[in-house]
Amino acid sequence: MNRRKFVQLSGLGLGSALLVPGFAAGKIIHPEEFMSPGLPPATKKMLADVALNTATSKGATYADVRIGRYLRQYFFTRENKVENIVNSESYGVGIRVIANGTWGFAATNNVTAEGIAKCAQTAVEIAKANSEIQTAPVVLAPQKGVGEVNWKTPIKKNAFAIPVKDKVDLLMTVNDSALKNGAAFVTSNLFFVNEQKYFASTDGSYIDQDIHRMWPTFTVTAVNKQAGRFKSRDALSAPIGMGYEYLDGLDSEKKSVVGGPTVYRYSYDMVEDAILAAKQAQEKLVAKSVPAGKYDMLLDPSNLGLTIHESVGHPLELDRVLGYEANLAGTSFATMDKWRSKNFQYGSDIVNFLADKTQPNTMGRVGFDDEGVPAKEWNLVKDGILVNYQATRDQVHMLGENASHGCSFADSWDSVQFQRMPNVSLQPGAGKYAITDMIKDVEKGIYILGRGSSSIDQQRYNFQFSGQLFYEIKNGEIAGMLDDVAYQSNTQEFWNSCAAICDEDDYRLFGTFFDGKGQPGQASAVSHGCPTSRFNGVNVINTGRKI
Amino acid sequence: MLTKEEAKKIIDKVLAYSKADEMSVQFTGTRTGNIRFARNTVSTTGETENLSLSITAVLGKKVGTSTINEFDDESLEKAVRRAEEIAHLAPENPEYVSMLGPQTYQQTTGFVESTAEMGPRKRALLAVDSIKPISENKLSGAGFLEDSARFEALGNSKGLFGYNRETSVNFSVTVRTEDGTGSGYGSADFNDVSILDTRTATNIAIQKAIASQNARAVEPGKYTVILEPLAGGELVQFMIRSMEARTADEGRSFLSKKGGGVRLGEKLLDERVTIYSDPMDSEIPGSPFSEEGVPYGKVYWFDKGVVKNMVYSRYWAQQKNVSPLALPGGFTMLGGEDSLADMIAGTEKGILVTRFWYTRWLDPQTQLYTGLTRDGTFYIEDGKIKYPVKNFRFNESPVIMLNNLEALGKPVRVRGNMVPPMKIRDFTFSSLSDAV
Repeated sequence: MNRRKFVQLSGLGLGSALLVPGFAAGKIIHPEEFMSPGLPPATKKMLADVALNTATSKGATYADVRIGRYLRQYFFTRENKVENIVNSESYGVGIRVIANGTWGFAATNNVTAEGIAKCAQTAVEIAKANSEIQTAPVVLAPQKGVGEVNWKTPIKKNAFAIPVKDKVDLLMTVNDSALKNGAAFVTSNLFFVNEQKYFASTDGSYIDQDIHRMWPTFTVTAVNKQAGRFKSRDALSAPIGMGYEYLDGLDSEKKSVVGGPTVYRYSYDMVEDAILAAKQAQEKLVAKSVPAGKYDMLLDPSNLGLTIHESVGHPLELDRVLGYEANLAGTSFATMDKWRSKNFQYGSDIVNFLADKTQPNTMGRVGFDDEGVPAKEWNLVKDGILVNYQATRDQVHMLGENASHGCSFADSWDSVQFQRMPNVSLQPGAGKYAITDMIKDVEKGIYILGRGSSSIDQQRYNFQFSGQLFYEIKNGEIAGMLDDVAYQSNTQEFWNSCAAICDEDDYRLFGTFFDGKGQPGQASAVSHGCPTSRFNGVNVINTGRKI
Repeated sequence: MLTKEEAKKIIDKVLAYSKADEMSVQFTGTRTGNIRFARNTVSTTGETENLSLSITAVLGKKVGTSTINEFDDESLEKAVRRAEEIAHLAPENPEYVSMLGPQTYQQTTGFVESTAEMGPRKRALLAVDSIKPISENKLSGAGFLEDSARFEALGNSKGLFGYNRETSVNFSVTVRTEDGTGSGYGSADFNDVSILDTRTATNIAIQKAIASQNARAVEPGKYTVILEPLAGGELVQFMIRSMEARTADEGRSFLSKKGGGVRLGEKLLDERVTIYSDPMDSEIPGSPFSEEGVPYGKVYWFDKGVVKNMVYSRYWAQQKNVSPLALPGGFTMLGGEDSLADMIAGTEKGILVTRFWYTRWLDPQTQLYTGLTRDGTFYIEDGKIKYPVKNFRFNESPVIMLNNLEALGKPVRVRGNMVPPMKIRDFTFSSLSDAV
């Protein structure tokens, strides 16, 4: 399946900053093969040692090896039929070395001692060849070896063990429920990923990890052919670092706002959301077109998560700041002089952003990153002030630190690991403050839910975001649905307009399942938590047009 | 890279193992190499080779696929059995359409030996050709070069067989001034690496980086713009990729008509707009067949502004009793003879846009998109570039844009398409960006 076909089947409007990992990478397999355990740890250790010993014997001063088995199961349906089911396994070895002070990388799907030795030798040869045009040697932060350890995403139900039929039945029920409640069309998807990664390095680490994530989603469309109008509503689910238990639809993880939406936390009711989506798509067909102007915005985590991702997560990637991504994603407004000043007001003083690779249920949660650094948490923005970036072992010395943040990730065994975003989350406000309290406090505002159109400039100043659901707030009450809404701002202005943040009870996760970066592009998955938050006086434009 | 005969031999062997009602085989081989640099030094390089064979077995209306990259007899037979087992398990696809029989495909010219043979040394030389002038000008450059050689072979149990091979090389570079106040971009893509001159593309980026320093803020609003081919081509490509007949018939496309029906045959754009695809175009040669084996020929999407064709999947074509029409990779938009310089010289007041960035849909119904200008945006007055201006966010539809056409220049190849520079009136810039 190519990228265009994926976009067509999934209904996801993927753009240049979203990547679809190659489905055809590796093999299409029988679903039963998902449950085979793969190589035993002792064999993986032996193969890893072949890589490390070969690399050092050929002149590497450092080497790491990743033996990766990447399992993917993707479901694509529309209305009453299954369009595609992809069961794939990608398996191989990536070896990274430093020789002559320069990185070299090579990969092979020949997972034998001979294949790995040859691959390690190639990596060293590439490093030595690149060293001739390298201007400064790699400076690697120390990392103590952790010996033989393992880590697994704490899931309750392995999605790969659930029969295909059960998943198809769920999606058919979702689609049928939407169609019975006013949808003209519906596409639904389930995405499951299991990364089985064995990492070893010359530091003395042998790390076996088993990482799971999933994403249930759909798009429901209502059509009025006479008026020549159609409107869609996407699922309000989050891609998440959990097992199949996320689909249990527990009432305890659900919250309904009077006159407004129903939102979900760590348990999602896909059928219920599809029914609501069908009704809301019909409401959108007749919703009032928004008058452009300044509004106080109440942004649900399902919407604000993407704003965090784009305007906080990406600009605080140190490689971007330094210019390593200048040719594609761009650079960053959050330059190091701003960080050094210790008084750069990224947001208002209630704004705190935490980078966290340990947070439960998130997609960025691991035991160790892809260069053997234990997962940790650290502040990026504290009381509104920029205090740190995201860095890897070869970057962190530029921040005057001697331990990596653990932000290294590769999307496949044959991709070189580089700096990728950890979970970046807005911390809840102090004291009790619920969505209903927040709505009461707004005179003229718009309450936005769901991920919509998004665009941000190459230094992460100017952005424009839309959403799935827009509710007008008048004098402390929800006053019906709006349409044609997009909000425009620039990063610093926007986060400094943050006037209130709901409490911990409202803290929920948003995620990006296919976040793109690098050349050649790699996809990563990351979560962003936050409660519903209020931003005062944000510029709203009307996106309605006629052709 | 397997030859046509080698690929056919393996495909025939696979088909001989089939016990399914129908079976198709897609066989691809790819070699890609790349070099990436930033801050005027190489950051990563890589090369990968991959052969992959995909087998689709059909039992009634149940479809199963398996893939394999080992080609001994035993492995091939195992992969065939696996595809058949997966088909047994699969739910029925009510929209399955029986496979095509033998087809006639054109011989395209997209394969160039010199590109297929590229290696790390050639890549490094091309990168150095870019890095050197950047360093000499005391600027900072980041760039990426990627080359590939690929073959694709298709075969099925009804006697269809097709084979195609192609090469490509893509280069792009972003040059920034040391103080971060100027940025420029250059790019080139060809099938033939011998045409690629990374120094020329880099010199354009250098000039733009220097010329774009200390940009002035200009009020957002509606402006006459000259969109360089990279900028205009991006919006046109989005529109072309939205020409699915099924979504139009379902009433959820810009090609759907109020009250039902589609806009096929309607004049939707300025009469100077003609856009077609042709795999035999020597400037942008493409594949002669789709993934399903549907032959690509010359297809007009818009002819003198009129909607001439839409994309029909084989299922939807059957429902509508028309021929299937697949969307190929590249398109050609006809233009005039004026160069970009001629168009600037003929502009009283306007904005020159090098390229767009982070362009995303806002409304599929009106084809409204938003994005930003990047890497060189300039104010034109009395036929001359007067000064650089700060970047803008735009909110615009290619449908509206191509109705506000002032002039078209000579098409050039950008990102696999032939696109002219376009002069557009009333182009909507909705806000300013401080990004450089």
